[in-house]
Amino acid sequence: MKKLSLVALASATALCSGVAVASRLGLQDPETPIARQIYSLHSLILWICVVIFVAVFGMMFYAILKHRKSVGHKAAQFHESTTVEIIWTIIPFVILMGMAYPATKTVIDMKDTSNPDLTIKATGYQWKWGYEYVKGEGSLSGVSDGIALLSSLATPMDQIYDPKVQKSENYLLEVDTEMVVPINKKIRILTTANDVIHAFWVPAFGVKQDAIPGFIRDTWFKVEKPGIYRGQCAELCGKEHGFMPIVVRAVEEDEFKAWAEKRKAATPAAAEAAPAVQVAAVDAAATAPAAAAGPVDGKKTYDGLCAACHGMGIAGAPKVGDKAAWSTRIAQGPATLAKHAIEGIRAMPAKGGNPALSDAEVTAAVEHMVGLSK
Amino acid sequence: MEAVHGHDHAHDHDHHHPTGVTRWLTTTNHKDIGTMYLWFSFAMFISGGLLALGIRAELFQPGLQLWRPEFFNQLTTMHGLMMVFGAIMPAFVGFANWQIPLMIGASDMAFARMNNFSFWLLPPAALLLMASFLVPGGATGAGWTLYAPLSVQQGMGMDLAIFAIHIMGASSIMGSINIITTILNMRAPGMTLMKMPLFVWTWLITAYLLIAVMPVLAGAVTMLLTDRHFGTNFFNAAGGGDPVLYQHVFWFFGHPEVYIMILPAFGIVSQIIPAFARKPLFGYSSMVYATASIAILSFIVWAHHMFVTGMPAAGQLFFMYATMLIAVPTGVKVFNWVATMWKGSMTFETPMLFSVGFLFVFTMGGFTGLILAVTPVDIQLQDTYYVVAHFHYVLVAGSLFALFAGTYFWLPKWTGNMYSETLGKLHFWCSMIFFNITFFVMHFLGLAGMPRRIPDYSQQFADFNMIASIGAFGFGLSQLIFLAAVVKCIRGGEKAPANPWEGADTLEWTHLPSPAPYHSFETPPVVK
Repeated sequence: MKKLSLVALASATALCSGVAVASRLGLQDPETPIARQIYSLHSLILWICVVIFVAVFGMMFYAILKHRKSVGHKAAQFHESTTVEIIWTIIPFVILMGMAYPATKTVIDMKDTSNPDLTIKATGYQWKWGYEYVKGEGSLSGVSDGIALLSSLATPMDQIYDPKVQKSENYLLEVDTEMVVPINKKIRILTTANDVIHAFWVPAFGVKQDAIPGFIRDTWFKVEKPGIYRGQCAELCGKEHGFMPIVVRAVEEDEFKAWAEKRKAATPAAAEAAPAVQVAAVDAAATAPAAAAGPVDGKKTYDGLCAACHGMGIAGAPKVGDKAAWSTRIAQGPATLAKHAIEGIRAMPAKGGNPALSDAEVTAAVEHMVGLSK
Repeated sequence: MEAVHGHDHAHDHDHHHPTGVTRWLTTTNHKDIGTMYLWFSFAMFISGGLLALGIRAELFQPGLQLWRPEFFNQLTTMHGLMMVFGAIMPAFVGFANWQIPLMIGASDMAFARMNNFSFWLLPPAALLLMASFLVPGGATGAGWTLYAPLSVQQGMGMDLAIFAIHIMGASSIMGSINIITTILNMRAPGMTLMKMPLFVWTWLITAYLLIAVMPVLAGAVTMLLTDRHFGTNFFNAAGGGDPVLYQHVFWFFGHPEVYIMILPAFGIVSQIIPAFARKPLFGYSSMVYATASIAILSFIVWAHHMFVTGMPAAGQLFFMYATMLIAVPTGVKVFNWVATMWKGSMTFETPMLFSVGFLFVFTMGGFTGLILAVTPVDIQLQDTYYVVAHFHYVLVAGSLFALFAGTYFWLPKWTGNMYSETLGKLHFWCSMIFFNITFFVMHFLGLAGMPRRIPDYSQQFADFNMIASIGAFGFGLSQLIFLAAVVKCIRGGEKAPANPWEGADTLEWTHLPSPAPYHSFETPPVVK
């Protein structure tokens, strides 16, 4: 059966080989010590399974060929053997212990997040990632203290929705702002989330950790080669779950320091440019005043959040500029509109799914949309 | 009926057959109710299958062609809910209704009216699920696991799903009480527990699992409901709750649920393989003990679904060891089946083909389960297509293939006619081939890093997704052959003898004509 499906598979693959990139059959190339351990654990167990599978089903197919009525085989009547039962209980048990031993070592290594060189807090939002380089212990002597990035999908909408538009090489796995880390340093990732559960996953690092609202979890990795590593959110988090990639750029330490200096020099501007979302993220006390001080800009909120639905009229959302759809809503009066946007209505979650926005910001965004749709 | 209430027996005989719709609405006959369960589950199987084809059609190529992402999430969620609660579980209850009284020599199920009620709860639940596509915001798109807080965010469709789960849970609990009572009290004289056919044993154990865990699920979704509407904060961290609590409660139900869907399948296969090998089941008592061990272990492995939530190393290690341990009794079962076939005198009619197919392909799912049990590997593969491949290998090639095997095996007893062997074999080979085309490639997708539950993917995954989609449509169409085979068999065909299978030796074959009379075993047979 397996053979048949492989044949079918091979021919089908040949058929559509024009489509793109070579397909992989196994795990991604591991780029951290943990990922390498996972890779070899998987290979070990897979091959043990293959050997047992071939042995057991070799027996079965031998019986199917030889012990059939059509070749005149008479049925034996044996049906019990305590010895045999004990043997095939104990042998698998021993094999399992052989698998459990290396697995236990890897579990303990994966859990050891102590003494990091650099700590980054990754916050999941619907639907983007925020990265904050944390101060204090394990902050690489403070070079990147306080850097905060917001990282969202960079693939343009028309590549997703319009089959005629050529898809880019890293379609759906490209972001506007990458996480940057130094190589050969132990990076500890703290995960949390703002709304629902997300998961931070970079396959080549062997790292996957749920990001849970209200809780902090952690994991770690140490990359050895400079390069760009791509992952995705791995926990269903709502409609754009498939569209919140993770991109990590690993660089030499010098380059990292230079990047951090530049980033910090740009910070006042960066703080203003970064949507309020990130500010309110977790360290609300430290950064909230900055957000409060900035002017309330409805267009910015609209572009960063509301446009996801209202830009194209998704999920019954009135499309901006669609006068017919908006006229009945505008008729309800600005107070009602703002109330609906703040509390959520039908498919629209409260504050468009970002509770970190202030009421004033949501109201400003609504006014902006109304202005475009009269 | 005599054994249960002898005094109104004569009365029963004269008036037992209201006709038309009333017959089905009011019936208390285990055969009628079993038939209704089976048709209901087939209807849900087709509905859930159509949703699956909607998923595969969107994933045929990169880019969004057919659905908006939120509707795609509704498709995956409702496919899961319908298949688990609407198709697989009721189908096994249908088998229990038909077969348990026949196999233990009982006249009917113990609580005949409750039996009727537990079936008739299901259609309203199914209507709630289907209607949820039509309410504002559509059906729930939180995944069949309905994880909070995402499920707290959902629209009204989520509430309909919660009520549907409540109703189906009540139905399952009543069905289980009925099955346990029937098995423990209504066996024919001489049939000790250790003489029961294995199908009856597996259902006895399954029914206990159902009673243990369905209330847990009901609790989980009720907490969701109150979080959504009544201001509680069970799963809301801002209010002192914990989103991960939901997952613990859900999987305390969810993992035994996995065995609820597979143990009766083990039972069916354990009846069929000896019948077609013309040789008694090897290791009957060790099969019983293995089934019980799996059931007990199923309560202490739930958190292997949650390795990436971040639990202490000790927790990960405990759940890894416990999960790996399940491979031992499962292995015992596979070895016993192969030993049953060894030195038999086998023939390969459709039920045997599906059973051998089950054994072969289900075991692949068992092995990927073992690979996933290993925490570090699971962390890499959790929420990828590898997991999708794994559970479809155990649920489709496992549960579903066993259901097909059982249907072909017992159709002659149910209808009095032989099914068409040509159609049956065609159905088997089409299902087997298309199943593997669909799901084998998903292992590669998962290993290479494609997350599950995404409506669109990067281009490196394009080839295998296209293959899987082609296979899925082939598999879907193959099920029409099954429908044709069953309808043809019901409408006529070669008359079935009382025992068309040389090696079958349970009471329904040895003591009853085909078709089994409307009231069977009014006088219980004596089992030596």
